[in-house]
Amino acid sequence: MSKMVEIRWHGRGGQGAKTASLLLADAAFNTGKYVQGFPEYGPERMGAPISAYNRISDERCSVHSNIYDPDYVVVVDETLLSSLDVTNGLKESGGIIINSNKDPAQLRDKLKGYKGKVCTIDAGKISEEELGKNFPNIPMLGAVVKVSGVIPEADFISKMEASFKTQFASKASVIDGNMKALKRSMQEVKGC
Amino acid sequence: MAVKDRLTGNEAVAYAVKQVNPDVFAAFPITPSTDVPMIFSSYLANGEVTSEFVLAESEHSAMSACIGAACSGARTLTATSACGLALMWELLYVASGMRLPIMMPVINRAFSAPLNINCDHSDSMGARDTGWIQLYAENNQEAYDNYFIGMRIGEHKDVLLPVMSCQDGFITSHGLENIDLIEDDKVKKFIGNYSNEVSLINPKHPVSMGPYDIPFYYMEHKYQQVQAVKNAKKVIPGIFKEFGELTGRKYSWFEEYKMEDAERAIIILNSSAGTAKAVVDQLRAKGEKVGLIKIRVYRPFPMEEIAAALSKVKAVAVMDKADSFSNCGGPVYTDVRHACYDLGENRPKIINFIYGLGGRDVQMDNIAHVYEELKKTMAGSGGELYRYLGLRE
Amino acid sequence: MLTINASGELAKNTWRELDPAGAICEGGTAAQVNTGDWRINIPAWIADKCTHCMLCVPTCPDSSIPVKGGKRQDFDFMHCKGCGVCIKVCPLKAMTIAKEDK
Repeated sequence: MSKMVEIRWHGRGGQGAKTASLLLADAAFNTGKYVQGFPEYGPERMGAPISAYNRISDERCSVHSNIYDPDYVVVVDETLLSSLDVTNGLKESGGIIINSNKDPAQLRDKLKGYKGKVCTIDAGKISEEELGKNFPNIPMLGAVVKVSGVIPEADFISKMEASFKTQFASKASVIDGNMKALKRSMQEVKGC
Repeated sequence: MAVKDRLTGNEAVAYAVKQVNPDVFAAFPITPSTDVPMIFSSYLANGEVTSEFVLAESEHSAMSACIGAACSGARTLTATSACGLALMWELLYVASGMRLPIMMPVINRAFSAPLNINCDHSDSMGARDTGWIQLYAENNQEAYDNYFIGMRIGEHKDVLLPVMSCQDGFITSHGLENIDLIEDDKVKKFIGNYSNEVSLINPKHPVSMGPYDIPFYYMEHKYQQVQAVKNAKKVIPGIFKEFGELTGRKYSWFEEYKMEDAERAIIILNSSAGTAKAVVDQLRAKGEKVGLIKIRVYRPFPMEEIAAALSKVKAVAVMDKADSFSNCGGPVYTDVRHACYDLGENRPKIINFIYGLGGRDVQMDNIAHVYEELKKTMAGSGGELYRYLGLRE
Repeated sequence: MLTINASGELAKNTWRELDPAGAICEGGTAAQVNTGDWRINIPAWIADKCTHCMLCVPTCPDSSIPVKGGKRQDFDFMHCKGCGVCIKVCPLKAMTIAKEDK
């Protein structure tokens, strides 16, 4: 079986971690992959910690459980580092991507001795500058693709552009903003 | 060529409904089935379907509206979950007793109490004896396909029964996965036109439906219903065959996964079947003779077929995502064990695991544990027949 | 299919012969059932006293007072159950009721 990449997202209710996982699944689908994107559901409350998951592979994956030994972990909200064991089960061969303005070295001691790759991306800043709002999804998505290499970069960028063009057909500025945010995040992610 | 897409299980069902363009969709949305009427209402608002959409004030009313619509000969559906299904209970029997081929996607969810909105099969398993056809789906693809297959079964002139098309709440209903969609024209051709000879709104043939039935006739009418289920048993293989020719996806009463020489097997429904297949692959790689049966058609229950499939197996674990609180195992267990009674000498040892209640995640390790336990069962070293999987003791 | 014949006997149809789910696949089948046989008291119409005011016609729960050309007719005794409601509403005492001699 070809290699499957498993990703676990940590965020807070209302921040869009679920949407981000679905966007990643969408992008991977568009590049010809088999995908799973699913949230862990419960009593949804704004601000409460939530998880979402992705499996991305060249073959259909039949497993329908949550992901306990992910290749990558994405933390959409830095404040979760102190309340959750985000690296639990995370493979050392993989990495963690955190939405933060800090350098990876500054966060490593919060990660319970995790020895794999630690990356940070200031998704909030990129989003504010390119989209005028704090929507960290798109920059996080770019950083995840860059760090994990789960989708070929050029392919990813062209497919995302096509997708934005259909989604926001009448809003050129939104397409531009999103594309800039995506490309910047792929360049600015630290630690990869 | 099939259309490659990626959809959640709920999106897939809503898309199937759009392709069908039913006459009436009556619903009272409930988590996790809410997406189905919600997405459908966008199709309606966009003019992509011409259906009558009835937003009822409860599930009892939704099913009542469906019954009324179906009595007039309309292609009708609703969608529901858990307590929504429970509130329909009285009408479930009316729908089947009146022989109305209503479609109902059931997005499986646990019952309260304790209050829980996550997946298990308590809802549809509780409704297994209401006279509805029941189909189960491992993933979005099967939920989509089962919708069309279910319609064909229910609307068959020798059957005329309502159909529940079940899939796991959240796990597949809200999970995004790849899917092959069938082209609209092929769907239209497969489902054909529906016209029930008995219709309340045909002025040329007046009819009274649902009248009081005295004891002198009630049993005969109930036996007709039994006969309809027997007829379903006869027509379902042909419908699967036709669907296979249309899409290349070959379905049967149940899927046999690596069962050819299997000594140990599990029987399972819906999404965890996929997880279990991955475990079978791992164990097979180690040379273990393990297999899996995933039931697709649970009502009518494929009794003879299940017995035949298990006749060469030594130990079987039946997995129930719902308990029946009978103190003798879950519903699927009772049926499977019953089916195997006449195997006599060839009868496998059969144990039962209740698993995944209230959304408890079912991991590969859990399933591996079941196959491990089956080694003991095969060796005759006892153990309880009826157990809980992954329970903290 | 009608399962009660005109003489009130239940037809012994098998499950194969009965319409599905007890549906009655024809209209107005109540007309074919002799419910007049259930009567204990029988009304009588005194045509001479009747002005055809029509008060009695809509009060009959069994539609057993036929009307023809604007005039009421004698009772439909196949369906009249002898309840006597018509007699109560008649302002002219143009009907009587008595125990039926069967």
